[in-house]
Amino acid sequence: MTENAYQVDTVSRATETPETEQPYAALGVKDDEYARIREILGRRPTSSELAMYSVMWSEHCSYKSSKVHLKQFGEKAPEVDFLLVGPGENAGVVDVGGDLAVTFKIESHNHPSYVEPYQGAATGVGGIVRDILTMGARPVAVLDPLRFGPADAADTHRVLPGVVRGIGGYGNSLGLPNIGGEVVFDACYSGNPLVNALSLGVLKKSEIKLARADGPGNRVVLFGARTGGDGIGGASVLASATFDEDKPSKRPSVQVGDPFMEKVLIECCLEIYAEDLVTGIQDLGAAGLSCATTELAAAGTGGMDVQLDLAPLRDATLVPEEILMSESQERMMAVVTPENLPRFFAICEKWDVIATVIGTVTDSGRLRMTWHGETIVDVDPRTLAHQGPVYERPYHRPEWQDSLQADVPDSARLERPKSGEQLRETVLRMIASPNLADKTWVLEQYDHRVRGNTVLAHGEDSGMLRLSEDGLGIALSTDGNGRYTKLDPYFGAQLALAEAYRNVAATGAKPLAVTDCLNFGSPEDPEVMWQFAEACRGLADACLELGTPVTGGNVSFYNQTGAEAIHPTPIIGVLGVIDDVARRTRSAFETEGEILLLLGETRDEFGGSEWAHVVHGHLGGLPPKLDLERERQLAEILIAGSRDGMLSAAHDLSDGGLVQAIAESCLRGGHGARVVLPSELDLGNIDPGDIDPGNIDPGNIDPFVALFSESAGRAVVAVPRSEELRFTDMCKFRGVPVARIGVVDGDALDVQDQFTIPLDELREAWTGTFPALFG
Amino acid sequence: MPARIGVVTFPGTQDDTDALRAARVVGAEPVPLWHRDPSLHDVDAVILPGGFSYGDYLRCGAIARFSPVMESVIAGAREGLPVLGICNGFQILCESHLLPGALIRNAGTLFINRDVKLRIGSTSTVWTSDYEVGQEILIPIKNGEGKFAADEHTLDELEAEGRIVARYVENPNGSARDIAGIANAAGNVVGLMPHPEHAIEELTGPYPGPATDGLAFFTSVLKQMVNA
Amino acid sequence: MARVVVDVMLKPEILDPQGQAVNRALPRLGFDGVVDVRQGKRFEVELEGPADEAALAQVREMAEKLLANTVIEEYRVRVED
Repeated sequence: MTENAYQVDTVSRATETPETEQPYAALGVKDDEYARIREILGRRPTSSELAMYSVMWSEHCSYKSSKVHLKQFGEKAPEVDFLLVGPGENAGVVDVGGDLAVTFKIESHNHPSYVEPYQGAATGVGGIVRDILTMGARPVAVLDPLRFGPADAADTHRVLPGVVRGIGGYGNSLGLPNIGGEVVFDACYSGNPLVNALSLGVLKKSEIKLARADGPGNRVVLFGARTGGDGIGGASVLASATFDEDKPSKRPSVQVGDPFMEKVLIECCLEIYAEDLVTGIQDLGAAGLSCATTELAAAGTGGMDVQLDLAPLRDATLVPEEILMSESQERMMAVVTPENLPRFFAICEKWDVIATVIGTVTDSGRLRMTWHGETIVDVDPRTLAHQGPVYERPYHRPEWQDSLQADVPDSARLERPKSGEQLRETVLRMIASPNLADKTWVLEQYDHRVRGNTVLAHGEDSGMLRLSEDGLGIALSTDGNGRYTKLDPYFGAQLALAEAYRNVAATGAKPLAVTDCLNFGSPEDPEVMWQFAEACRGLADACLELGTPVTGGNVSFYNQTGAEAIHPTPIIGVLGVIDDVARRTRSAFETEGEILLLLGETRDEFGGSEWAHVVHGHLGGLPPKLDLERERQLAEILIAGSRDGMLSAAHDLSDGGLVQAIAESCLRGGHGARVVLPSELDLGNIDPGDIDPGNIDPGNIDPFVALFSESAGRAVVAVPRSEELRFTDMCKFRGVPVARIGVVDGDALDVQDQFTIPLDELREAWTGTFPALFG
Repeated sequence: MPARIGVVTFPGTQDDTDALRAARVVGAEPVPLWHRDPSLHDVDAVILPGGFSYGDYLRCGAIARFSPVMESVIAGAREGLPVLGICNGFQILCESHLLPGALIRNAGTLFINRDVKLRIGSTSTVWTSDYEVGQEILIPIKNGEGKFAADEHTLDELEAEGRIVARYVENPNGSARDIAGIANAAGNVVGLMPHPEHAIEELTGPYPGPATDGLAFFTSVLKQMVNA
Repeated sequence: MARVVVDVMLKPEILDPQGQAVNRALPRLGFDGVVDVRQGKRFEVELEGPADEAALAQVREMAEKLLANTVIEEYRVRVED
């Protein structure tokens, strides 16, 4: 054995050599954290233990900066009877009726996607799908909210195509339809693209699986792909000073996914579940084996013995520290009784999945690992999994927040189009702008149809799946607006929830529950931390008021380059349920002669709007006013209207305002519209005094405001003439303003007294942008 | 007794559930077949569905064609068993040499999921007898390797013998002669890149419609079995 | 132990969209004077014994049966030193 050969750092060696210098700082462990580890163990950690603490106590795994704020989601959770599994498990689970439950969650894979777009995005999909699988569910769909730098930036051309191909490449190969998502461009995301992935799965209520290791004597089985050197960049400091020359020179920091492996893993697991062969199961995601073993052990009877050298390896030169930090994909860990083992292995063999017993559940209260007989890890697993550091990071409102909010984009500040010709020009410019333009170039790279249950996909307000032959279905929408959130983090987060909630209702589904991906800059920046604290507070308050609990989610910090943080971007996914998918509402105007109605109130508010961004590059003022009670009423109308057959089409209003929504619905349906802008709100029998006046001046709604304002709480619907009265009566009864704004007619978007744009011209502007940019 | 339509599952197959549903919707008995099982379980027809068998490793369908079940499918096909290969299934049929030519990467290199118009070229196959020659139908495609390629001689032969079952009205991927599907000489083996099993229900079929143009592929084969 | 390499390329008459995509990308990166690019696959087959005629014949058979789709691809077999 040469001087430079690897030497196993055992527990006994650690006990005997307390003075050994350990490179904990290089692993991201702080001085006080290291001291605490020594205190917990009563000795210095072995290098394997140090590896485990470094990953389990990292921001990504321990949520140390966010925990104090995230607990509001539990403290303020609305009382509901349909939440079967709440935050804290791999994914939340919701009762949707019948004997079925749905599990869903959103996660981020931002930094890896900047480094290696295809694999970063692909493994992001793979990771979230495994979280769903590990709850005992068959994964049935994915959605991908994405954020990139400016559309014409060179780096966007490097990142976007790779990310889209990666999501398609991995998701399509798993046989998961992609039913929703977004693509948004903003300079703040240059260098920090956001790749969030949401997955959902279906299972019987009685068959939920949890990540716990119970039953001393039960076996711990590692199955799926072999363990390799993926993602262990940091571990290299742990092995002794120099490496053997025989070792592969590459220690990739990027994880590489194999969707075929994951597909067979899914089928294998589902057969295992069907025969009820596991007592606990966990997927190996961030922090791989370290995380899986500690979480299973910490949640169960409290102990586990592992023989780490039994883990099947792709690279035989890996040492224990590397194995423990490896983020090789497509691996799962199950707890199986000895009696069930033969059948478990038989199913794995059927699917050609490698499965190995690497340990045993104990009641020792300790997680112990050996390497060729020598003990290298001996810890209380709860200190790793649940007792990580909790930071109360300082935060304060930025000094520039007031002046940002005071910079209101009113008519004095930003020049507005006035004439019909100027409005026409603005419409065409807006609809061709990258955030509003048609995304077919992206969407065609995703399979929307596989499994045959996709009822609504991209282009509609929410994705919708049929769950059972009797028509039960679910809907999902993801939304988030970084500009609104920068202007006001509290309301920006609430507006994201409101938009997703509204999108679900627009298709006829009742919103039930929430998952959130909180994408922020550095938590070490007190201004970013303030944004985070405010966004959490806003989201928790809004979830309580709307009655939709957060079931789980993800936090992504450090999305910044140097001192420039991204806009705080909470992305909210809302899950809804619908009794009969056949009654769902589409957004396209399909039938000539139908009446177009505008629901809700329109105000002169352009803070953070797409118009201010596209035409003036301006960000300032306040985001649109939010009235959660109005959002609830509007949702009830949209759902009832859908269920009772009063609505032919519904489309919520958001980015780009009324004209964007009408244009999209016209283009999708292939019919034009003759629009009469409300110069005053047509309130029917609603007493104007019943409506919060706010900034409404019913006698003076400027056409520009009517067309482009992004006031919240609004939707445009198409109703058959025969249903108009019944529908407007219902709106009146529920106190939602409704105005007749036109009729489906012809082959142009015609706004009376302002402009006419033939559909062909509108379509050319809308569909030309992405192929020109990326084709 | 209802006709039995077998649908093969290879590791990585995905559209087996949809093919089984299509069989059920038209009144046949759907029979799942496992790749390692050489028995065809007395089915009257076999569908090789879409997906990414063996992860498309090496080449699409290159490994699946050597499965035990494929030995029986190939033998059966030579005896007149109706076989429909959809997408990855078409690729497997070409790799097995039950059909000529090969499918390679789309001309634009990207995966495309799109509802496309096809024109039926032949109704002399067991899978297309319920259509009319020249009929235009709307069927989804979803693939990255859908470009049909073969030498000129083979292409001429396919044309001359009326074995081009469907062509793209607007070629999405550079397929030679706009070919979307072909048949063997006997007309019992058909390979088709588009997915008729995704166009069988108003609820989930192409929108804007028509949503159910794919049904006739499955009703055709039923009629053949009744007449046999 | 011997290593035999099998290079598989699309037949010249087959249009190669991936090679073309690479060909289009090169000028954007500042490379001039590229006439054409074709993309293929390389298999490295490690054998237990020596790379004699019998072994090479075996590898050629592997290429015919599995490594190449001879409908659209051609291959070359050679020994790697």
